[in-house]
Amino acid sequence: MSLALVLEQLLNGVQFGLMLFLMSAGLTLVFGVMGLINLAHGSLYMIGAFLCAAVAGATGSFWIGLVAGLAAAAAAGALIEIIVIRRLYDRDHLDQVLATFALILILSEGVRMIFGPFPLYLNVPDALRGTVSLGIVDYSLYRLALIGFGVAVAVGLWVLIAKTRLGIRIRAGESDREMIAALGVNIRALYTIVFALGAALAGLAGALVGAIQSVQVGMGEPVLILAFVVIVIGGIGSIKGAMVGALLVGVIDTMGRFLLPRIFATFLDTSQAMGVGAALASMLIYLLMALVLIFRPKGLFPAHG
Amino acid sequence: MHSFRTTALAMVAATSVTLAQAETITVGMITTLSGGGAGLGVDVRDGFQLALDMAGEHPVKLVVEDDAQRPELAVQIAERMIQSERADILTGIIWSNLAMAVVPSTVAQDIFYLSPNAGPSALAGANCHPNYFNVAWQNDMLHEGAGAYANELGYENTFIMAPNYPAGTDALAGFKRYFEGNLAGELFTQVGQTDYAAEIAQIRASGADSIFIFLPGGMGISFMRQYEQSGLDLPIVSAAFTFSQDILPAVGAAALGVFNASQWSPDLDNEANQSFVSAFREAYGRIPSLYASQGFDTANLILSAAGKADVSDRDAFREALREADFTSVRGEFAWAPNQHPIQRVYIREVVEVDGEITNRIVGTAFEEHRDVHGENCSM
Repeated sequence: MSLALVLEQLLNGVQFGLMLFLMSAGLTLVFGVMGLINLAHGSLYMIGAFLCAAVAGATGSFWIGLVAGLAAAAAAGALIEIIVIRRLYDRDHLDQVLATFALILILSEGVRMIFGPFPLYLNVPDALRGTVSLGIVDYSLYRLALIGFGVAVAVGLWVLIAKTRLGIRIRAGESDREMIAALGVNIRALYTIVFALGAALAGLAGALVGAIQSVQVGMGEPVLILAFVVIVIGGIGSIKGAMVGALLVGVIDTMGRFLLPRIFATFLDTSQAMGVGAALASMLIYLLMALVLIFRPKGLFPAHG
Repeated sequence: MHSFRTTALAMVAATSVTLAQAETITVGMITTLSGGGAGLGVDVRDGFQLALDMAGEHPVKLVVEDDAQRPELAVQIAERMIQSERADILTGIIWSNLAMAVVPSTVAQDIFYLSPNAGPSALAGANCHPNYFNVAWQNDMLHEGAGAYANELGYENTFIMAPNYPAGTDALAGFKRYFEGNLAGELFTQVGQTDYAAEIAQIRASGADSIFIFLPGGMGISFMRQYEQSGLDLPIVSAAFTFSQDILPAVGAAALGVFNASQWSPDLDNEANQSFVSAFREAYGRIPSLYASQGFDTANLILSAAGKADVSDRDAFREALREADFTSVRGEFAWAPNQHPIQRVYIREVVEVDGEITNRIVGTAFEEHRDVHGENCSM
């Protein structure tokens, strides 16, 4: 096991973590500000990927596709907020789960009706093909770009929330929604903007990841589960928590898949070690979540103290 | 008057005979129509339906339900189809873990199960059953073909990888049974996994000269897309599933040149197959995958048996199924004693024809190949 391999796996873990961050940032923001559990977040990820693939296929440019995917997810998010989500803020979480689960079914079936049941073709843009040398390891340029995108979005989000007027309102809405409404802020518009922002982040993640994965109906659900794990670990409602949680989940999952079979191979035969190692690796992040919940029931960075 | 009565009686008798022959056969199809595996189920369903449509008048009543690739859901649907729909035959399951959950209890209730895809080793060996027929293959078969062909290609140090479920373990076992070189590494991934960066890094570090993968459906698309971007350029050998027509358009040029083993190919030159491929293209506007060919064969097997026996007479119908008196699109078709096919395994190469990415036959791995698990079957 060489240093280069460990370094490559670490990069893979960070890249995976940053994509998870894009998903979980929107999810945690919506939960923190509006107190809403949105199961349909994965569907917005899917919409981003499908629109990106369709538009990139029609125009031949990945970048136009990326913008289209992002815009479509944001628009779909705003529309869903206005038509459905708005009626759910005063309901309890069970009603929200039920309604947003229904949205998953409707959106998945809708996408299947429009695009068909077969996966779409979406490829990496020409400028980001191939590998780049990082000293001891050759790494995929596109994955490196994904890391760059993830970091840029994280910084942008931090600036937005910490430095701008909109950010102040979002933070105020998080701590006391009656008070900020009483101060004359249009809380309905604010909620729509936050929901659309979360949707745009999910759509961006879907479009970016779609280029190296399968663009297919239902692609959002596995990521959604991981995103929930991330925000539970990080502390629901906290962007910083989402960042730390996403990186933890990304690195631990990747390293677990890589190292556990090797550890078992030292005392089991190869096939057995691979089977046991793979099975245990898939449980690892849930074990991590359980551990965090035992010692920090509100997550690592609880948003409301 | 007397003669009129005789004629009337004769007519009634004749009608009841035709009625007996046209006794409705209820076929319950449980298949994957949503989620990442939907393309496979849609192709099995469309192939099956096409065979019925091409037959014109037929006694089959087809009931289709989506299992969403979830074993517990498949079990529920099977129970409902047997209890409420009074299904005579179940079919359609794509995934081996779902087949393992549904098939044993189904065949025990004196219902036929005809598998158009999954062929787990457990059901081919000790747990074989007179009511269980596999129209496609036993899971290991095509991977055995890939293993044999890897020898011919001169691969000596191969990295092998499959998802961690019954068909994945069968795949690696099948490949290893025939492959004579070394294994540079062996990995199980998760079912439905979408990111293969960790696996690709290990392939790179292993010093392998070639790769064998079994990653059906969306898993194959994700792997190939990421493999193409990884800078690794090792040759890949596989079975048909990872390079099947349901995913080739989404994989694109990255798949060109890959060798994969299959019992069927769209360019297979026999009359039944050519009319199947052109009818399928006309009906659905795409090239059929091997899953579609298997659905098509399954329906034709049922229709052939329906012409010989009533499904309510289970023993007679079983004998009719065993005769396999239908024209398979794969060419010659015969049952081994465990009711799995004995068939030729071809080697295909992924090529581009008229702007479409598809497969073409370039060789043969085995003639009259049968699975090894049959010897544990007592039939």
